[in-house]
Amino acid sequence: MTSAVAQQLWCVATLLGTTVLAIATSRSRRSTAIVYGATLAISLIALSRCLPVLVAGGNATELVLPVGLPWLGAHFRLDALAAFFLAVVNLGGAAASLYGLGYGSHETAPHRVLPFFPAFLAGMNLVVLADDAFTFLLCWEFMSLASWALVMAHHREADNARAGYVYLVMASFGTLALLLAFGLLSGAGGGYGFATMRAAQHSPSEAGLVLALMLLGAGSKAGLAPLHVWLPLAHPAAPSHVSALMSGVMTKVAIYGFIRVVFDLLGPPNWSSAVVVLVLGSATAVLGILSALMEKDLKRLLAYSTIENIGVIFASLGLALAFQANGLGLAAALAFTAALFHILNHSFFKSLLFFGAGAVLSSTGQRNIETLGGLIHRMPLTSFAFLVGCVAISALPPFNGFASEWLVFQAILQSPDLPQWGLKVMVPAVGASLALAAALAAACFVKAFGITFLGRARSPVAEAAGEVDRCSLAAMFALAVLCFLAGILPGLVIDVLSPVAQALLGHRMPVQASDPWLSIVPIEESRSSYNGLLVFVFITATASLAVYFIHRFASHAIRRGPAWGCGFTDPTPAAQYSGVSFVQPIRRVFGTLVFQAREHVEMPPPGDLRPARLKVEMHDPVWEGLYAPVSGAVWFLADRLNQLQFLTIRRYLSLVFATLVTLLLVLAIWS
Amino acid sequence: MVVISDILVQLVQMTLVLLLAPLFTGFVRKIKARLLRRKGASVFQPYRDLLRLLRKEVVLAENASWLFRVTPYITFAAIWVAAALVPTFATGLQFSWSADLIAIVALLGSARFFLALAGMDVGTSFGGIGSSREVMIAALAEPAMLLMVFCVALIAGSTQLSTVATFMASSEVGLRISLGMAMIALIMVALAENARIPVDNPATHLELTMVHEAMILEYSGRHLAMIEFGAFLKLLFYVSLIICVFFPWQITIVGAGPASYLAGAGAYIFKLAVASLLLAAFETATAKMRVFRVPEFLGAALMLGLLGTLLRFVSRSF
Repeated sequence: MTSAVAQQLWCVATLLGTTVLAIATSRSRRSTAIVYGATLAISLIALSRCLPVLVAGGNATELVLPVGLPWLGAHFRLDALAAFFLAVVNLGGAAASLYGLGYGSHETAPHRVLPFFPAFLAGMNLVVLADDAFTFLLCWEFMSLASWALVMAHHREADNARAGYVYLVMASFGTLALLLAFGLLSGAGGGYGFATMRAAQHSPSEAGLVLALMLLGAGSKAGLAPLHVWLPLAHPAAPSHVSALMSGVMTKVAIYGFIRVVFDLLGPPNWSSAVVVLVLGSATAVLGILSALMEKDLKRLLAYSTIENIGVIFASLGLALAFQANGLGLAAALAFTAALFHILNHSFFKSLLFFGAGAVLSSTGQRNIETLGGLIHRMPLTSFAFLVGCVAISALPPFNGFASEWLVFQAILQSPDLPQWGLKVMVPAVGASLALAAALAAACFVKAFGITFLGRARSPVAEAAGEVDRCSLAAMFALAVLCFLAGILPGLVIDVLSPVAQALLGHRMPVQASDPWLSIVPIEESRSSYNGLLVFVFITATASLAVYFIHRFASHAIRRGPAWGCGFTDPTPAAQYSGVSFVQPIRRVFGTLVFQAREHVEMPPPGDLRPARLKVEMHDPVWEGLYAPVSGAVWFLADRLNQLQFLTIRRYLSLVFATLVTLLLVLAIWS
Repeated sequence: MVVISDILVQLVQMTLVLLLAPLFTGFVRKIKARLLRRKGASVFQPYRDLLRLLRKEVVLAENASWLFRVTPYITFAAIWVAAALVPTFATGLQFSWSADLIAIVALLGSARFFLALAGMDVGTSFGGIGSSREVMIAALAEPAMLLMVFCVALIAGSTQLSTVATFMASSEVGLRISLGMAMIALIMVALAENARIPVDNPATHLELTMVHEAMILEYSGRHLAMIEFGAFLKLLFYVSLIICVFFPWQITIVGAGPASYLAGAGAYIFKLAVASLLLAAFETATAKMRVFRVPEFLGAALMLGLLGTLLRFVSRSF
């Protein structure tokens, strides 16, 4: 019997083998089915092997392979935290593979996707398993590069090359930050193993610097503002099942890196670091969802909404840090479990929504919601699954998004016990921004579903759309069922997550499975409790009761007629509300502040028969305030340095001579 | 035996809110009419309206989907469950722990989510305008509501409505600034959420500034009845919530016996009557505001909630 970590590594090896197989057979017509079938099977096996580790909460298993740095080897370790993230990765991987079995047949260039898909999965698995800095960074880069290749799969499409370029720059920047963070952690002795780092003492200034570097490195990968700009470009550019993996799973792997270093390797946290994480998290949540609201490309909207959810997760992790720094173990466990629960939930519903967006894309060829509409009639099953995802991500009971947000709010309510003034003032503001983000998320997904699936078709392609294949539908419905189950049985999920909190924080939430009627009770019943199952049963029962009584004793007659619309029946579907007009009130309330949104009406002079036009002008504050100046400076320098390219040989020789003398001078003064 | 009687009390509570909701709206309308020197319709007119709508056939738009047809029942059920979980005459009801205040607020959010979707289903511009404004109002009202919940929960040490009501009825509360702010915030949110003046006008139809009525314009027959009933229940829910959190005097506890229940119910109905007088007087004395003034109104509610919560963090005595 091999150890659990060895079994996971075998799965990874098979995934890498599948990559080789995919390269060999990529021109064959069958390769799509072979590759996705193989990744589906491997992901399911890996999932079934890591779940027992998580549930049983057994001891960590380790393994050293004789590759990598010669004096170090490659260390791998599987503990509760790694097992949880492996479950997230492999569940997402299995769903994406199942979806790919159907969706992949629409692929125009399968040889650009198939080899990288298993490699990407393998990379994510390896990051979670790695137990030394060298292996971690190597696998991290492998994961980044494999996903970059997938982003560039359709490299001829407009904007995809730019997306790939920005992604590559940001990924390199993130890895640089991680490299420095691990350098600091390993200290002068160069102990690159995680076990050595965990045992070492870190001074407060060093710990603060490592946290800042982790926020830059892991935060840029996860999509933390203001390092998120690459995410809404890159995630939508990839094929939809890969978008689902990148948004639903890869961002979680980045969060894993953050948790592993900050909660595990860095030792006891400092409360001031919690303030930074809280501020960044809540700002990310609000900025992300506001950007999502302004978006009309369905996949970009989903990518921006990922940023919002990452913000919620980081805010929750910040709460956990604050409580842990003050020795409030139970509250820390509550906030931490809430973060983990939201990680799991987000991987469910974001994958589901990206699959839905992919189904719309493959059926209509459109990502722009302003050209869609009325798809609920032509894609009934897809629209139902997408609706479940929308309700879940909008944090509405009885689905899973609400259960985790509820836990976050319960954690916020524990915060008056915190002694520091900075945190006392900060935490209510975090609560307000999370509440605002949740309400805006509901508005955003009313828009996403309403404009895409409801109303009348706005274009011939939307008119002619049809339902997608069975594999895609099966993947969507499997995730929808998971969203529902995690929503009505949150107590069971919390119990599964508790060993992770126990291992990292030394405390755990009370056991929930023993509570009557499967309620969740974070502290005690008189303070707060929630029962998703009962709420669902109540709503179903009362709704059925109402339907029964009305159809039995009142009327059940129905007549179809033209829409009423106060008598103003619009002849063209273009007269419907569009996405841009739907968010106009919110744009006027929030957008003028955040995006400097301005509306101009271009009115033709009298006698001119052209229609008047409304133009909306918006600015991305992060891009224009932070990235444009940096990129401008790089261009400026490059232009200046460019002159060096066209010198005569004498000038080059004198330059070399001058450099040599300067360096020698520096050396002389230095020593 | 105890369980059965407890469930019975819970059922009484569910029926009570269901029966009282149209009456409350009718009563408010009657008082408003009297204040305007009109005679006004009978206080039982809402029941008659509901019955009339229930008996009529439904005229569905040609392209209405299944979502349009199930939404009235979903919203009605969600609001009814929310209203049934607020203690009216007795605390500690059998199922009160299945959803705390945050979950109840979110339940109303579910109802609104589906209603806003249904407004967009047929694809008319009226439905779109209604849904669009409804979600804008919700985007501000919901955070304000949650901050109010935080403030109350921090004072009472619980988000459980039964515990909150018991705490507020006890003598340890006293007068607190933060509670006052929370109450004003809740009242402002309640006015906005129920489409009352000054945010929306429940009596108008076909006015360009309308929100709620535009969203449900395509509904007819029993579907409209369900939505109207939901709106009645929602108004009663908010009034019950204000009563339960800020004026829980004479509220009894489950198991106290029939006489105590009757006294609690009497006090509840008395408080409802006072609330309807106040609401009618306020609505008669105020003018409706422009749609883009609403964010300022709700922003004030949000700030009040935040200030109340902050005060609570700053000092335990506020």
